[in-house]
Amino acid sequence: MSKSIEELQAICKRVRREIVEMIGAAKSGHPGGSLSAVEILVELYFDYMRIDPQNPKWPDRDRFILSKGHAAPVLYAVMAEAGFPDTPIGQLNTLRKLGSMYQGHPDVRFIPSLEASTGSLGEGLSLALGMGLGARLDGRSCRTYVMLGDGEIQEGQVWEGAMAGAFHKVDNVVAIVDYNRIQLDGFVKDIMEIAPVADKWRAFGWHAIEIDGHDIPAIQRALREAEATKGRPTCIVAHTIKGKGVSFMENNPKFHGTAPTLAEVVLALQELQ
Amino acid sequence: MPAKTKFEVKLGAATREAFGRTLVELGRENQDIVVCDADLSHSTMTTYFAKEFPDRFFSLGIAEANMVGIGAGLACAGKIPFVSSFSAFVMNKGFEQLRVCAAYPKVNLKVVGTHSGISIGEDGPSQMSVEETALACSLAGFVVLSPADEVAAKALVRLAAAHVGPVFVRTGRLKVPIVYNGDQKFEIGKAIQVVEGSDVAIVANGLLVAQAILAAETLEAEGISARVIDMHTVKPLDREATRRAAAETGAMVVAEEHLVDGGLGVRVAQVVAETEPCPMEFVGIHDTYAESGQPDELLDKYGLVARDVAAAVRKVVARKR
Repeated sequence: MSKSIEELQAICKRVRREIVEMIGAAKSGHPGGSLSAVEILVELYFDYMRIDPQNPKWPDRDRFILSKGHAAPVLYAVMAEAGFPDTPIGQLNTLRKLGSMYQGHPDVRFIPSLEASTGSLGEGLSLALGMGLGARLDGRSCRTYVMLGDGEIQEGQVWEGAMAGAFHKVDNVVAIVDYNRIQLDGFVKDIMEIAPVADKWRAFGWHAIEIDGHDIPAIQRALREAEATKGRPTCIVAHTIKGKGVSFMENNPKFHGTAPTLAEVVLALQELQ
Repeated sequence: MPAKTKFEVKLGAATREAFGRTLVELGRENQDIVVCDADLSHSTMTTYFAKEFPDRFFSLGIAEANMVGIGAGLACAGKIPFVSSFSAFVMNKGFEQLRVCAAYPKVNLKVVGTHSGISIGEDGPSQMSVEETALACSLAGFVVLSPADEVAAKALVRLAAAHVGPVFVRTGRLKVPIVYNGDQKFEIGKAIQVVEGSDVAIVANGLLVAQAILAAETLEAEGISARVIDMHTVKPLDREATRRAAAETGAMVVAEEHLVDGGLGVRVAQVVAETEPCPMEFVGIHDTYAESGQPDELLDKYGLVARDVAAAVRKVVARKR
């Protein structure tokens, strides 16, 4: 499934358009933190992860958990682009509507190809560690990736999981922090400072790598480094821009959890040509 | 057990001990059984499993929320995980994770709470769980089991492992009187009538089953024929046994070592109200927290012994028609 950087970037652009369109159609949702995570998810689903969208429950597949479940639109768009049978691309604009498989937050009851139902922050890392420990017991080489929001790591359970991941040497799990510096109420530094993020993970016994989360080759290098790191799990601290790709959404706390208006959707799609 | 023979109070193992032993048997039979514990393995008795299967036992420290999440992840990976702690801790500190990571996606997670109720004794209310059954029953799709003795605990832990879907099992610290012969059959959702009777039905579970049997003997001498039903499955409740008991006796008492708010009592009352309404009385903890003391002193003080069950029966029988 390996793709060139240019191909991956082209997919990123389509995914961004789909995110803006579906949240605009839904009239609610979380555009900022969906747009910040696009390159990472596209790299995982279209290049790095060993998955087979036509066989989504293949036991040896790599797994991805979107612990920051409010960024569901980026996951839906990426899975739809990847061609999973239960994420039809033509239905993306039913996001958040009654009966849609595209629930407000990822829900395995509606999309069985998802690895977990998420939305209550702080819980995905523990799930990922359980999946990683299960794979290790079975001798499977599959890996589990979990994306956390930067605000999300204010949750205490994340650090319970961080301790457990290092203690049990769960080196088949990779945590990725989407460090876009904004949470619902404003800038993370004003709500509850979390810095220094990488140092915190290191202090908890993890291997930590800091990258530009929009630089696809950097993401690839980090994923390879994580896979080569044995005896401890890896945390990739991905510095990103909230609302990346849409000028008026970038670094704007308003677009953490506010849908663009119709006029804003039109404007955004022009920028994402 | 046969009805109307003198009930001999013979202490068996604590239900948590039966849980720990049964877990080892299950571990020998099935490689997929794994266990998570939060620094209480010598109290929850998962230590037996840890000794025999160290690779399938995960010590997760004093961090119940993470333990429930890891357990759910192990279930997603195809394992049959048992996560265990005191009921007060795993249910209250892990509730959010039980809701979002286990109940909502219908994950095959087994949760065993030990040290349930006030009968843990000296440690006092912070460690006593009197609300976990209400909380467990509020988790959609969960099966909620409450064994009366070691025989029931062994059988119900096995049924929990075999059931596909989330299960909560409530066990206790104390050695408890043996109610059942070893060959008693158990089925999830199927109540067991342990004493025949026609004037009133006492529905109980956990420690209160033995107390209900003792109460029935006292009442028999007074000319009151009391049926005793062990409702070991709180959810899904045996509606038919409940309806039949209400219809055939016309008066019911529910007895449990739990808050009367939201426990077995209200669930039985709901079915009675929907099917064969009749007078009911409730034996349990009434809107309070207990205190430190010896277990028997506490059960006596907080109204959870045969005397209290019998008094509730006299009251409800007087209300009939």
